[in-house]
Amino acid sequence: MSLGLSGLKKSIWVYHVACSPCNNCDIEILDLLTPRFDVERFGIVLVGSVRHADALLVTGMVNRQVKPRLQELYLQAAKPCVVFAIGSCAVSGNFFRRSYNMAGPVDRAIKEVDPNAIIVYVPGCPPKPEAMISGVVKAIGFLDNLKAKK
Amino acid sequence: MAFFYYLIFPGFAFAAIVGLLTAWFDRKVTARVQWRKGPPWYQNFADVAKLLIKEVPVPETANKGIFLLAPAVALSASAMAAAMLGAANINWDYTFTGDLLVLWYILALPSIMIILGASASGNPLSSVGASREMNQFVGYELPLVIAMATVVFKVGSVGLGDILRFQAENGPILYSASGIIACIVAILCLQAKLGLVPFDIPEAETELGAGTFMEYSGAALGAFKLTKAILLYTSPIFIITLFWGGIQVKGLGILWAILKYVLFIALFTLIRNTNPRLRIDQAVRFFWVNMTILALIALVLMSLGY
Ligand code: SF4
Repeated sequence: MSLGLSGLKKSIWVYHVACSPCNNCDIEILDLLTPRFDVERFGIVLVGSVRHADALLVTGMVNRQVKPRLQELYLQAAKPCVVFAIGSCAVSGNFFRRSYNMAGPVDRAIKEVDPNAIIVYVPGCPPKPEAMISGVVKAIGFLDNLKAKK
Repeated sequence: MAFFYYLIFPGFAFAAIVGLLTAWFDRKVTARVQWRKGPPWYQNFADVAKLLIKEVPVPETANKGIFLLAPAVALSASAMAAAMLGAANINWDYTFTGDLLVLWYILALPSIMIILGASASGNPLSSVGASREMNQFVGYELPLVIAMATVVFKVGSVGLGDILRFQAENGPILYSASGIIACIVAILCLQAKLGLVPFDIPEAETELGAGTFMEYSGAALGAFKLTKAILLYTSPIFIITLFWGGIQVKGLGILWAILKYVLFIALFTLIRNTNPRLRIDQAVRFFWVNMTILALIALVLMSLGY
């Protein structure tokens, strides 16, 4: 188990879920994967199928249309799977929080289907790639705690 | 003895470790080509270790038995191929008549298992990937067989041991016009067998998600990753055995062998980094027209004695 967990810390495959963002956060995420930041150094790779994902990078305020899809995607991912709420929209709803179509934010949508989900919040509008890397580092620290508790 | 060969050296364990290291080499070179730093050397080990603790959800629409059996068969077939090639290289007499043909069948098994597993998963994108894999499989097997036939006719035997002995006595097959052409054909065919970039049409991340591997996760995906890694180790050895006098595991021969191995891996990586992905019809035409003609030329040249 612990061998697998240390493997997980060194190899986080991320799947990008855009839940009605303004696309600015998505651009920052793509920025994270470019040669300048090169997160493959830490084993972070963008994968094309949610079954391979260890982390969902969710951006946007989650409107009514997209909420069931986000929940479905989370259920389809192979556990353990961490959810990253990237951007103020995903964290809190930002200036869309009183919007008529608001169904999120991300943590509420996810916790409806899995109350024990691990959710990492990366605020910012949009957050810098450095902020996202710092979020990942904190998530890894959380995994360490998980191991210590067991 | 046979179990030791199959499970430890030069079979499963050895091939998996070297294969994962080779896959890292491939990723690192790719990263350097793209002006990045690239992952650390243990990256692929971490990937596989992680996949072992993930859960394996089986889709409702899947045929459960075939879906889960396919990766296991693919993994054991690739380990078998690595063991056979390694054993033949260690001891030229540790072979049997016609083992080249058996090896060819075993090398085909992983592709067939990928097709089966993807079709059993019940995912539409996977089945598109499976159909592409099948097309490509039919495409590259033809020139590969003709290239192998060039060697077989020259040596006059279908035994790996005989091929190695012939090359030890008369010089490697690569040092002749027909040998070079057949070798080029074989390299490109194996590139397709490995599913590396110009021929990664079945997995095409940008169009099909992950294509044939779409529904796989956890240990099943890990088995496929290991299969790919072992094939990445087996393919250069296969080419070296057929065309370049094999691997001598005595004295300085080891250094020379490692050099040959790295050369072929670098070739695979370079081809992968300098080419965009083909369309499936382009790939099949490439193999059935260009490569088959090249392979036939090699066969004719060989029969004329060049
Ligand atoms: S947090 Fe800001 S940048 Fe990101 S999706 Fe919301 S509005 Fe756009």
